[in-house]
Amino acid sequence: MADKIAFDLVSPERLLISDHADMVTIPATEGYMGVMAGHAPVVTALRPGMIDVLNNGTDTRFFIRGGFAEISAAKINVLADEAIPMSEMDLAVLDQRIRDAEEEVLAATTDADKTRKNEILDDLKLVRAAF
Amino acid sequence: MASVKEMRVRIASVKSTQKITKALQMVAAAKLRRAQQTAQAARPYAERMAAVIANLASGVSGTDAPLLLAGTGSDKRHLVVVATSDRGLAGGFNSGVVRLARETVQSLLQQGKDVKILIVGRKARDQLRRQYADRFVEVYEAGLKSPDLNRARPIARRIIDLYMAGETDVVTLISSRFKSVVTQKPTALQLIPAAMPDAGEAAFYEYEPDETTILEQLLPQNITIQVLTALLENDAGFYASQMTAMDNATRNAGDLINALTIQMNRTRQAKITTELIEIISGASAL
Repeated sequence: MADKIAFDLVSPERLLISDHADMVTIPATEGYMGVMAGHAPVVTALRPGMIDVLNNGTDTRFFIRGGFAEISAAKINVLADEAIPMSEMDLAVLDQRIRDAEEEVLAATTDADKTRKNEILDDLKLVRAAF
Repeated sequence: MASVKEMRVRIASVKSTQKITKALQMVAAAKLRRAQQTAQAARPYAERMAAVIANLASGVSGTDAPLLLAGTGSDKRHLVVVATSDRGLAGGFNSGVVRLARETVQSLLQQGKDVKILIVGRKARDQLRRQYADRFVEVYEAGLKSPDLNRARPIARRIIDLYMAGETDVVTLISSRFKSVVTQKPTALQLIPAAMPDAGEAAFYEYEPDETTILEQLLPQNITIQVLTALLENDAGFYASQMTAMDNATRNAGDLINALTIQMNRTRQAKITTELIEIISGASAL
Protein backbone atom coordinates (compact mmCIF):
# COMPACT_ATOMS: atom_id res chain seq x y z
CA MET A 1 0.00 0.00 0.00
CA ALA A 2 1.27 3.40 -0.90
CA ASP A 3 1.99 5.84 1.92
CA LYS A 4 -0.80 8.16 2.86
CA ILE A 5 -0.46 11.82 3.60
CA ALA A 6 -1.95 13.42 6.71
CA PHE A 7 -4.39 16.14 5.77
CA ASP A 8 -5.82 18.92 7.97
CA LEU A 9 -8.31 21.47 6.70
CA VAL A 10 -8.96 24.33 9.12
CA SER A 11 -10.97 27.51 8.76
CA PRO A 12 -11.03 30.30 11.35
CA GLU A 13 -14.32 28.94 12.62
CA ARG A 14 -13.48 25.26 12.91
CA LEU A 15 -11.41 22.23 12.06
CA LEU A 16 -13.21 20.62 9.12
CA ILE A 17 -11.21 17.49 8.58
CA SER A 18 -8.14 15.84 10.03
CA ASP A 19 -7.51 12.57 8.27
CA HIS A 20 -5.19 10.64 6.00
CA ALA A 21 -5.56 10.62 2.25
CA ASP A 22 -4.01 9.09 -0.87
CA MET A 23 -3.96 12.40 -2.67
CA VAL A 24 -5.19 15.92 -2.04
CA THR A 25 -5.81 18.38 -4.87
CA ILE A 26 -5.59 22.05 -3.90
CA PRO A 27 -6.21 25.24 -5.91
CA ALA A 28 -2.73 26.82 -5.66
CA THR A 29 -2.04 30.25 -7.12
CA GLU A 30 -0.31 28.79 -10.17
CA GLY A 31 -2.97 26.17 -10.84
CA TYR A 32 -4.38 23.06 -9.26
CA MET A 33 -1.81 20.97 -7.45
CA GLY A 34 -2.10 17.27 -6.57
CA VAL A 35 -0.24 16.46 -3.38
CA MET A 36 0.76 12.96 -2.34
CA ALA A 37 2.96 11.61 0.43
CA GLY A 38 6.63 12.45 -0.02
CA HIS A 39 5.97 15.87 -1.58
CA ALA A 40 8.70 18.49 -1.39
CA PRO A 41 8.02 21.06 1.37
CA VAL A 42 6.05 23.99 -0.08
CA VAL A 43 4.07 26.88 1.32
CA THR A 44 1.60 28.21 -1.19
CA ALA A 45 -1.22 30.71 -1.34
CA LEU A 46 -4.56 29.33 -2.52
CA ARG A 47 -7.19 30.74 -4.87
CA PRO A 48 -10.91 30.23 -4.43
CA GLY A 49 -11.74 26.76 -5.69
CA MET A 50 -12.28 23.14 -4.81
CA ILE A 51 -10.22 20.83 -2.67
CA ASP A 52 -10.44 17.15 -3.55
CA VAL A 53 -9.48 14.59 -0.97
CA LEU A 54 -8.98 11.17 -2.54
CA ASN A 55 -8.89 8.30 -0.11
CA ASN A 56 -9.45 4.60 -0.87
CA GLY A 57 -11.28 5.52 -4.05
CA THR A 58 -13.67 7.94 -2.37
CA ASP A 59 -13.57 11.60 -3.19
CA THR A 60 -14.50 14.23 -0.60
CA ARG A 61 -14.81 17.78 -1.89
CA PHE A 62 -14.64 21.13 -0.16
CA PHE A 63 -15.14 24.64 -1.44
CA ILE A 64 -12.62 27.16 -0.13
CA ARG A 65 -12.52 30.91 -0.52
CA GLY A 66 -8.75 31.29 -0.68
CA GLY A 67 -6.17 30.70 2.02
CA PHE A 68 -2.82 28.98 2.43
CA ALA A 69 -1.40 25.49 2.35
CA GLU A 70 1.66 24.23 4.14
CA ILE A 71 2.97 21.02 2.62
CA SER A 72 5.67 18.76 3.99
CA ALA A 73 6.56 15.17 3.08
CA ALA A 74 4.12 13.61 5.55
CA LYS A 75 1.54 16.31 6.04
CA ILE A 76 -0.54 18.96 4.35
CA ASN A 77 -2.15 21.75 6.34
CA VAL A 78 -4.72 23.90 4.59
CA LEU A 79 -5.60 27.19 6.29
CA ALA A 80 -8.70 28.32 4.45
CA ASP A 81 -10.20 31.80 4.82
CA GLU A 82 -13.50 30.04 4.54
CA ALA A 83 -14.25 26.38 3.85
CA ILE A 84 -17.54 24.65 3.16
CA PRO A 85 -17.99 20.90 2.65
CA MET A 86 -19.53 20.14 -0.73
CA SER A 87 -22.47 18.46 1.01
CA GLU A 88 -23.44 21.80 2.61
CA MET A 89 -22.79 23.79 -0.53
CA ASP A 90 -25.34 25.05 -3.01
CA LEU A 91 -25.61 27.65 -5.72
CA ALA A 92 -27.25 30.19 -3.45
CA VAL A 93 -24.21 30.16 -1.14
CA LEU A 94 -21.88 30.54 -4.10
CA ASP A 95 -23.90 33.34 -5.63
CA GLN A 96 -23.76 35.19 -2.33
CA ARG A 97 -19.95 34.87 -2.33
CA ILE A 98 -19.85 36.24 -5.87
CA ARG A 99 -22.00 39.22 -4.92
CA ASP A 100 -19.73 39.86 -1.90
CA ALA A 101 -16.66 39.66 -4.13
CA GLU A 102 -18.21 42.12 -6.61
CA GLU A 103 -18.79 44.58 -3.79
CA GLU A 104 -15.21 44.16 -2.62
CA VAL A 105 -13.92 44.92 -6.11
CA LEU A 106 -15.93 48.14 -6.11
CA ALA A 107 -14.70 49.01 -2.62
CA ALA A 108 -11.02 48.39 -3.44
CA THR A 109 -9.01 51.61 -3.33
CA THR A 110 -5.58 50.72 -4.70
CA ASP A 111 -4.88 49.15 -8.09
CA ALA A 112 -3.02 46.19 -6.60
CA ASP A 113 -5.91 45.52 -4.27
CA LYS A 114 -8.37 45.82 -7.14
CA THR A 115 -6.42 43.34 -9.27
CA ARG A 116 -6.32 40.86 -6.44
CA LYS A 117 -10.03 41.19 -5.69
CA ASN A 118 -10.79 40.83 -9.38
CA GLU A 119 -8.83 37.59 -9.53
CA ILE A 120 -10.85 36.27 -6.62
CA LEU A 121 -14.05 37.22 -8.41
CA ASP A 122 -12.94 35.51 -11.62
CA ASP A 123 -12.03 32.35 -9.74
CA LEU A 124 -15.37 32.32 -8.02
CA LYS A 125 -17.09 32.63 -11.39
CA LEU A 126 -15.05 29.68 -12.68
CA VAL A 127 -16.19 27.60 -9.73
CA ARG A 128 -19.76 28.72 -10.42
CA ALA A 129 -19.49 27.65 -14.07
CA ALA A 130 -18.15 24.23 -13.13
CA PHE A 131 -20.72 23.67 -10.42
CA MET B 1 -37.88 47.67 64.58
CA ALA B 2 -39.54 47.00 61.24
CA SER B 3 -43.07 45.64 61.32
CA VAL B 4 -43.87 42.11 60.22
CA LYS B 5 -45.53 43.44 57.09
CA GLU B 6 -42.52 45.52 56.08
CA MET B 7 -40.29 42.48 56.52
CA ARG B 8 -42.58 40.31 54.44
CA VAL B 9 -42.34 42.86 51.60
CA ARG B 10 -38.57 42.92 51.95
CA ILE B 11 -38.34 39.10 51.75
CA ALA B 12 -40.52 39.05 48.65
CA SER B 13 -38.26 41.58 46.98
CA VAL B 14 -35.08 39.61 47.78
CA LYS B 15 -36.78 36.49 46.47
CA SER B 16 -37.56 38.08 43.14
CA THR B 17 -33.96 39.33 42.92
CA GLN B 18 -32.81 35.79 43.57
CA LYS B 19 -35.02 34.52 40.77
CA ILE B 20 -33.40 36.97 38.38
CA THR B 21 -29.83 36.13 39.38
CA LYS B 22 -30.64 32.43 39.18
CA ALA B 23 -32.06 32.83 35.67
CA LEU B 24 -29.04 34.90 34.59
CA GLN B 25 -26.73 32.24 35.95
CA MET B 26 -28.44 29.50 33.99
CA VAL B 27 -28.48 31.53 30.80
CA ALA B 28 -24.76 32.29 31.25
CA ALA B 29 -24.01 28.61 31.82
CA ALA B 30 -25.77 27.64 28.60
CA LYS B 31 -24.08 30.41 26.60
CA LEU B 32 -20.72 29.60 28.15
CA ARG B 33 -20.84 26.10 26.76
CA ARG B 34 -21.40 27.39 23.24
CA ALA B 35 -18.83 30.18 23.54
CA GLN B 36 -16.26 27.74 24.85
CA GLN B 37 -16.85 25.38 21.94
CA THR B 38 -16.51 28.19 19.42
CA ALA B 39 -13.31 29.42 21.05
CA GLN B 40 -11.88 25.93 21.00
CA ALA B 41 -12.89 25.31 17.40
CA ALA B 42 -11.02 28.43 16.34
CA ARG B 43 -7.82 27.45 18.11
CA PRO B 44 -6.28 25.01 15.56
CA TYR B 45 -6.37 27.67 12.85
CA ALA B 46 -4.68 30.26 15.05
CA GLU B 47 -2.01 27.80 16.14
CA ARG B 48 -1.16 26.59 12.63
CA MET B 49 -1.14 30.18 11.41
CA ALA B 50 1.35 31.16 14.11
CA ALA B 51 3.54 28.17 13.24
CA VAL B 52 3.58 28.98 9.52
CA ILE B 53 4.37 32.64 10.17
CA ALA B 54 7.11 31.85 12.67
CA ASN B 55 8.65 29.60 10.06
CA LEU B 56 8.35 32.18 7.30
CA ALA B 57 9.58 35.02 9.49
CA SER B 58 12.80 33.22 10.37
CA GLY B 59 13.53 33.02 6.63
CA VAL B 60 12.73 36.63 5.75
CA SER B 61 14.85 39.26 7.42
CA GLY B 62 16.43 42.66 7.06
CA THR B 63 15.06 45.05 4.49
CA ASP B 64 12.91 42.42 2.74
CA ALA B 65 10.67 41.96 5.74
CA PRO B 66 7.20 43.45 5.40
CA LEU B 67 6.40 46.47 7.55
CA LEU B 68 3.95 44.57 9.74
CA LEU B 69 6.67 42.18 10.83
CA ALA B 70 9.68 44.45 11.06
CA GLY B 71 8.02 47.47 12.63
CA THR B 72 8.65 51.08 11.71
CA GLY B 73 11.90 51.20 13.62
CA SER B 74 10.45 53.60 16.15
CA ASP B 75 8.35 53.06 19.25
CA LYS B 76 7.18 56.57 19.89
CA ARG B 77 3.51 56.20 19.12
CA HIS B 78 1.48 53.43 20.68
CA LEU B 79 -1.98 52.16 19.91
CA VAL B 80 -3.63 50.26 22.74
CA VAL B 81 -6.60 48.12 21.75
CA VAL B 82 -8.83 47.38 24.73
CA ALA B 83 -11.43 44.65 24.37
CA THR B 84 -14.14 44.01 26.96
CA SER B 85 -17.77 42.94 26.82
CA ASP B 86 -20.77 45.17 26.24
CA ARG B 87 -22.62 44.16 29.36
CA GLY B 88 -21.81 43.94 33.04
CA LEU B 89 -23.05 41.77 35.90
CA ALA B 90 -19.97 39.62 35.48
CA GLY B 91 -17.96 40.17 38.64
CA GLY B 92 -14.50 41.60 38.07
CA PHE B 93 -14.29 40.56 34.44
CA ASN B 94 -14.38 43.95 32.75
CA SER B 95 -12.68 45.91 35.51
CA GLY B 96 -9.74 43.49 35.38
CA VAL B 97 -9.18 44.24 31.71
CA VAL B 98 -9.72 47.96 32.22
CA ARG B 99 -7.27 48.04 35.15
CA LEU B 100 -4.54 46.43 33.04
CA ALA B 101 -5.33 48.85 30.22
CA ARG B 102 -5.03 51.81 32.59
CA GLU B 103 -1.71 50.58 33.96
CA THR B 104 -0.36 50.00 30.48
CA VAL B 105 -1.42 53.44 29.26
CA GLN B 106 -0.04 55.13 32.39
CA SER B 107 3.35 53.46 32.14
CA LEU B 108 3.58 54.31 28.43
CA LEU B 109 2.68 57.92 29.15
CA GLN B 110 5.33 58.08 31.88
CA GLN B 111 7.89 56.92 29.35
CA GLY B 112 6.88 59.92 27.28
CA LYS B 113 5.15 57.92 24.54
CA ASP B 114 2.22 59.09 22.52
CA VAL B 115 -0.76 56.84 23.25
CA LYS B 116 -3.97 56.31 21.29
CA ILE B 117 -6.73 53.96 22.35
CA LEU B 118 -9.03 51.80 20.26
CA ILE B 119 -12.01 50.49 22.18
CA VAL B 120 -13.96 47.30 21.65
CA GLY B 121 -16.91 46.83 24.00
CA ARG B 122 -19.19 49.29 25.74
CA LYS B 123 -17.81 48.60 29.20
CA ALA B 124 -14.29 49.61 28.22
CA ARG B 125 -15.68 52.80 26.71
CA ASP B 126 -17.69 53.68 29.80
CA GLN B 127 -14.84 53.05 32.22
CA LEU B 128 -12.05 54.72 30.24
CA ARG B 129 -14.04 57.63 28.84
CA ARG B 130 -13.59 59.91 31.83
CA GLN B 131 -9.82 59.69 31.83
CA TYR B 132 -8.84 59.12 28.21
CA ALA B 133 -11.74 60.18 25.98
CA ASP B 134 -9.43 62.47 23.97
CA ARG B 135 -7.20 59.51 23.10
CA PHE B 136 -9.96 57.34 21.62
CA VAL B 137 -9.55 56.77 17.89
CA GLU B 138 -12.54 54.52 17.43
CA VAL B 139 -15.13 52.72 19.51
CA TYR B 140 -16.54 49.35 18.44
CA GLU B 141 -19.22 47.39 20.21
CA ALA B 142 -18.49 43.84 21.24
CA GLY B 143 -21.94 42.84 20.04
CA LEU B 144 -24.54 40.65 21.60
CA LYS B 145 -24.19 37.76 19.20
CA SER B 146 -21.18 35.49 19.45
CA PRO B 147 -18.17 37.04 17.68
CA ASP B 148 -17.23 35.91 14.19
CA LEU B 149 -14.94 36.95 11.36
CA ASN B 150 -17.34 39.63 10.16
CA ARG B 151 -16.94 41.35 13.52
CA ALA B 152 -13.17 40.92 13.77
CA ARG B 153 -12.37 41.99 10.20
CA PRO B 154 -13.30 45.69 10.36
CA ILE B 155 -11.43 46.08 13.64
CA ALA B 156 -8.31 44.43 12.23
CA ARG B 157 -8.56 46.50 9.06
CA ARG B 158 -8.77 49.72 11.06
CA ILE B 159 -5.68 48.73 13.08
CA ILE B 160 -3.70 47.90 9.95
CA ASP B 161 -4.84 51.10 8.19
CA LEU B 162 -3.72 53.20 11.16
CA TYR B 163 -0.37 51.46 11.17
CA MET B 164 0.14 51.69 7.42
CA ALA B 165 -0.81 55.38 7.44
CA GLY B 166 2.03 55.93 9.91
CA GLU B 167 -0.26 56.94 12.75
CA THR B 168 1.19 54.41 15.11
CA ASP B 169 4.36 52.36 15.61
CA VAL B 170 3.39 49.71 18.13
CA VAL B 171 0.01 48.06 18.59
CA THR B 172 -0.88 46.23 21.80
CA LEU B 173 -4.06 44.24 22.30
CA ILE B 174 -5.44 44.01 25.84
CA SER B 175 -8.13 41.43 26.46
CA SER B 176 -9.04 38.63 28.78
CA ARG B 177 -7.51 35.22 28.08
CA PHE B 178 -9.73 32.30 28.89
CA LYS B 179 -7.65 29.95 31.03
CA SER B 180 -10.53 27.94 32.47
CA VAL B 181 -14.06 28.45 33.71
CA VAL B 182 -12.73 29.78 37.03
CA THR B 183 -9.77 31.84 35.80
CA GLN B 184 -9.69 34.50 33.12
CA LYS B 185 -6.54 36.51 32.97
CA PRO B 186 -6.34 40.03 31.51
CA THR B 187 -3.41 39.90 29.10
CA ALA B 188 -1.53 42.34 26.91
CA LEU B 189 -0.36 41.02 23.55
CA GLN B 190 1.79 42.89 21.09
CA LEU B 191 0.16 42.75 17.65
CA ILE B 192 2.49 44.94 15.61
CA PRO B 193 5.38 44.46 15.10
CA ALA B 194 4.50 40.80 15.42
CA ALA B 195 6.18 39.30 18.46
CA MET B 196 7.62 36.12 17.06
CA PRO B 197 8.37 33.05 19.09
CA ASP B 198 11.65 31.53 18.02
CA ALA B 199 10.76 28.93 15.41
CA GLY B 200 13.77 26.85 16.36
CA GLU B 201 15.09 24.97 13.39
CA ALA B 202 13.32 26.40 10.38
CA ALA B 203 12.13 23.82 7.90
CA PHE B 204 13.11 24.53 4.33
CA TYR B 205 10.09 25.31 2.28
CA GLU B 206 9.60 26.37 -1.27
CA TYR B 207 7.26 29.29 -1.62
CA GLU B 208 4.66 29.89 -4.21
CA PRO B 209 4.49 32.70 -5.32
CA ASP B 210 7.32 33.89 -2.97
CA GLU B 211 8.01 34.54 0.72
CA THR B 212 7.29 38.24 0.76
CA THR B 213 4.02 37.96 -1.18
CA ILE B 214 2.79 35.21 1.07
CA LEU B 215 3.83 37.06 4.22
CA GLU B 216 2.12 40.20 2.99
CA GLN B 217 -1.14 38.30 2.79
CA LEU B 218 -0.60 36.20 5.89
CA LEU B 219 0.27 38.98 8.33
CA PRO B 220 -2.96 41.01 7.97
CA GLN B 221 -4.91 37.76 8.12
CA ASN B 222 -3.01 36.89 11.28
CA ILE B 223 -4.03 40.17 12.93
CA THR B 224 -7.65 39.46 12.06
CA ILE B 225 -7.28 36.06 13.63
CA GLN B 226 -5.65 37.45 16.77
CA VAL B 227 -8.50 39.93 17.14
CA LEU B 228 -11.03 37.16 16.55
CA THR B 229 -9.31 34.92 19.12
CA ALA B 230 -9.37 37.77 21.64
CA LEU B 231 -13.08 38.39 20.99
CA LEU B 232 -13.93 34.71 21.28
CA GLU B 233 -11.98 34.26 24.50
CA ASN B 234 -13.53 37.44 25.89
CA ASP B 235 -16.96 36.06 25.08
CA ALA B 236 -16.27 32.74 26.81
CA GLY B 237 -14.58 34.47 29.76
CA PHE B 238 -17.48 36.89 30.12
CA TYR B 239 -20.04 34.13 30.45
CA ALA B 240 -17.83 32.11 32.79
CA SER B 241 -17.33 35.16 34.98
CA GLN B 242 -21.01 36.04 34.86
CA MET B 243 -21.97 32.52 35.78
CA THR B 244 -19.74 32.59 38.87
CA ALA B 245 -20.88 36.08 39.86
CA MET B 246 -24.54 35.20 39.51
CA ASP B 247 -24.06 31.95 41.40
CA ASN B 248 -22.61 33.95 44.31
CA ALA B 249 -25.42 36.47 44.10
CA THR B 250 -28.02 33.71 44.19
CA ARG B 251 -26.37 32.20 47.26
CA ASN B 252 -26.14 35.57 49.01
CA ALA B 253 -29.81 36.21 48.33
CA GLY B 254 -30.60 32.81 49.84
CA ASP B 255 -28.64 33.66 53.01
CA LEU B 256 -30.38 37.00 53.25
CA ILE B 257 -33.81 35.38 52.90
CA ASN B 258 -33.00 32.93 55.70
CA ALA B 259 -31.80 35.67 58.03
CA LEU B 260 -34.81 37.86 57.28
CA THR B 261 -37.26 34.99 57.74
CA ILE B 262 -35.86 34.18 61.20
CA GLN B 263 -36.02 37.83 62.17
CA MET B 264 -39.57 38.10 60.91
CA ASN B 265 -40.69 35.00 62.86
CA ARG B 266 -39.11 36.36 66.02
CA THR B 267 -40.88 39.68 65.65
CA ARG B 268 -44.19 38.00 65.01
CA GLN B 269 -43.72 35.73 68.02
CA ALA B 270 -42.80 38.69 70.22
CA LYS B 271 -45.96 40.46 69.13
CA ILE B 272 -48.13 37.43 69.91
CA THR B 273 -46.52 37.04 73.32
CA THR B 274 -47.13 40.69 74.15
CA GLU B 275 -50.76 40.41 73.12
CA LEU B 276 -51.22 37.26 75.22
CA ILE B 277 -49.71 38.90 78.28
CA GLU B 278 -52.06 41.84 77.80
CA ILE B 279 -55.11 39.55 77.56
CA ILE B 280 -54.05 37.40 80.54
CA SER B 281 -53.24 40.35 82.76
CA GLY B 282 -56.50 41.97 81.68
CA ALA B 283 -58.42 38.81 82.58
CA SER B 284 -56.71 38.40 85.96
CA ALA B 285 -57.47 42.04 86.82
CA LEU B 286 -61.20 41.31 86.63
